[in-house]
Amino acid sequence: METETTETPENEEGFPFRSPLGFGYLAFVAILALALICVYVSDSWWGTQLLSQTSWIAFLLLAVVSSALAVWYFVRSSKIGGIYAVILIDLIAVVAASYLYDRYYGTNTLDITGFIAFLIFYLITTALAIWYLLTTTSNSLWADAWRRLIRNKLATFGLIVIWLITLMVVIGPSIIFWTTGLTPELMPSDGNLIRSFPPSWTHPMGTDEAGRDILSRVLQGGRISLMVGIISTIVSLIVGVSYGATAGYLGGRIDNVMMRIVDIIYAIPYILIVIVLLSVFGGENTNVLVASVPAIVAALVLFLILFAIYLSLSRLYDGLLRNISLDETLLKIVFIAVAVVFAWQAIEIFLTLNLYMFSATGQWLAGIFSDAVDQGLSQIFLLFFALGLVSWLTMARVVRGQILSLKNEEFVLAARATGVSTPNIIFRHLVPNALGPVIVYATLTVPSVMLTEAFLSFLGLGVQAPYASWGSLAADGIKNIAIFPWQLIFPGVTMALTLFSLNFLGDGLRDALDPQTRKF
Amino acid sequence: MLKFILKRILIIVPMALLVVTVTWVLIRVAPGNFYSTERNLPPAIEENIKKKYGLDQPWYIQYGTMMGNILRLDFGDSLKYQGQSVNEIIRRHFPYSATLGILAYLLALAVGLFAGIVAALKQNSAFDYGSMAAAMLGLSVPNFVLGPILVLFFSLYLFWLPPARWGGLLHLIMPVVTLAAIYAAYIARLTRAGMLEVMRSDYIRTARAKGLNERTVLLKHGLRGGIVPVVSFTGPALASLLAGTVVVEKVFAIPGLGNIFIQSVLNRDEPLILGIVAFLSILIMVANLAVDISYGFLDPRIRYE
Repeated sequence: METETTETPENEEGFPFRSPLGFGYLAFVAILALALICVYVSDSWWGTQLLSQTSWIAFLLLAVVSSALAVWYFVRSSKIGGIYAVILIDLIAVVAASYLYDRYYGTNTLDITGFIAFLIFYLITTALAIWYLLTTTSNSLWADAWRRLIRNKLATFGLIVIWLITLMVVIGPSIIFWTTGLTPELMPSDGNLIRSFPPSWTHPMGTDEAGRDILSRVLQGGRISLMVGIISTIVSLIVGVSYGATAGYLGGRIDNVMMRIVDIIYAIPYILIVIVLLSVFGGENTNVLVASVPAIVAALVLFLILFAIYLSLSRLYDGLLRNISLDETLLKIVFIAVAVVFAWQAIEIFLTLNLYMFSATGQWLAGIFSDAVDQGLSQIFLLFFALGLVSWLTMARVVRGQILSLKNEEFVLAARATGVSTPNIIFRHLVPNALGPVIVYATLTVPSVMLTEAFLSFLGLGVQAPYASWGSLAADGIKNIAIFPWQLIFPGVTMALTLFSLNFLGDGLRDALDPQTRKF
Repeated sequence: MLKFILKRILIIVPMALLVVTVTWVLIRVAPGNFYSTERNLPPAIEENIKKKYGLDQPWYIQYGTMMGNILRLDFGDSLKYQGQSVNEIIRRHFPYSATLGILAYLLALAVGLFAGIVAALKQNSAFDYGSMAAAMLGLSVPNFVLGPILVLFFSLYLFWLPPARWGGLLHLIMPVVTLAAIYAAYIARLTRAGMLEVMRSDYIRTARAKGLNERTVLLKHGLRGGIVPVVSFTGPALASLLAGTVVVEKVFAIPGLGNIFIQSVLNRDEPLILGIVAFLSILIMVANLAVDISYGFLDPRIRYE
């Protein structure tokens, strides 16, 4: 694993994103930007009003500024810069197109034209980005890993399937609604006793026992299933990495005690922990606890995001300053503006998302206590949290092993000699270097968490009635397997396909990021 | 070696007690109890019941009596299943889970080892790709999807196998296959990776160089090294197979321990939960110990402190 590289002026290509850290932080900012777009899409299609208009103009300005920078790099013929340019243009194009459409036509719902424009932009720009990534000549660790990854046909297959499924899950229900008028909740009002019909042209996956379109429900359920996978993995990442890194670095008796604690939690059946967590914080005990737990987590995540924005921007700033001769004051002003906009939007999204999704938290944050909590949603949220809390154990072990082998390296000694504090050594020097296996394991945690969620939903402990996940859809389908097999088969197969692709991707990532342990 | 084993066996007892304690705390911390989920009882009756089970005492006395009883391996009576002791319930339901678990374990080992070894020896062959794709499929299809699909095909379409319940050998086929699939897939992948690594190592070259036939090289030298990651996986896997068959028990309506455990947790049946947790945690730790001991036999380079 490459040690943390600092940018030096002799870095020939002179691109600040080339170091692994710079890349990681930039990716984080890109993800945040994507999240913003998702929020925007949700705003414009479902009229949820998560963001104010002023903040969107600020975002647009930000996008323009950063894309100008990226394009400038592109012009300077840095291929990797081209990728970022393409991604940024992608983002801007989507936002600008939909924003302008809404602004000038006075709509709050993107219609089919805007939607198709979005799709075309999305596809073309992704294709361009892939082309650049395929032809990139950079030799950094991550570029190498990327090349190894796409040479692996199965991993590429997995990547494409996941990309498609994510796209489908995000935009699918809207397409179905526009073309056929079906929603996941729509039940026919005719007097038929049997409402579950086999697959047909109007209902490619058939209908369930209440007559609802299974395709819509599968796509809708996919949102929750994917969200469970991602959010729980993030929770397990945060807990597992901090815990494992601390234990591994401190070593000795502390390490021993911390790892025995992990052993003990391992020996308690995780289902007991999940059930206790769900019954302590959820169900009938809708009280302050329910309201405060998501708020604490949201605050934590918000803090982490702000921290990541700070790191990524300062990183970019350093790189830019060293590599191009822009006026320093100007650059500073631009970056402060960018930082303010990002922070503002992150806070805004979190406040409003809480209001919207976890009404309990929203009310708590607004200083209003109320018993009117959406049981289903707080249950789902708790599920994310509980699953994350039981799946961090292996992550902690993986990280600890990595740290143990890294902590006697010279760069740690150097850091200690120059008086870097222990938390800083752990999180700025050791953790970034242990990132490869962590990423790999995180990719494999996503399918296993999704499987656990499905298992819990199957037992009736997971996602509750008005909401659906692939697990709960499959569990509903099993009841009627003899007569209406399509009710089980389609959700089950969709889920299996997703897990299949995620597993392939995880395998490919392991081979790509850690060539030494690759499976020949 | 003996000292190591003895030390590990001795440590199991306090570890199990610790696990039970944590579980007890978890149960007590969670709001509500067994009685709050039942129909509302008249207060006098509830008081009598509480007295009978010692629930009117302060918590430290309850904890003390519980620990004392557990040390004597007496977990008391179940709250839900009146008049049945926890030991009795475990003794009655565990054999179902154990039968399923052991059969699935053997099947997974047989299939997984075979597929893994052959795939490694014939690397990049059609068998290699086919079996690894099948393994990936096994990892990705949830068993609550696989089970019903098997039922649909073999019972409801072909009428070959009984769809559910406990009975003769025919009844066992589908649950065991459903249960074994994911473990077989894991074992196949681990075996393949381990064998590939070992078959390139120096000591295998030495073994070949001194003229051993390929069969001996493979079975006596290669397998012993290549199987180490499999062993470290199968220890916990055996424990979870013996215990964690919940889904299969539910799909095939088999009265095993897994379902009893889920029910006991949902019912807040404290003695039963504690009993099963203690039983399972000891099972897991014994399985882990067995794994650690077998390392030494498999790989002579591993030494015990």
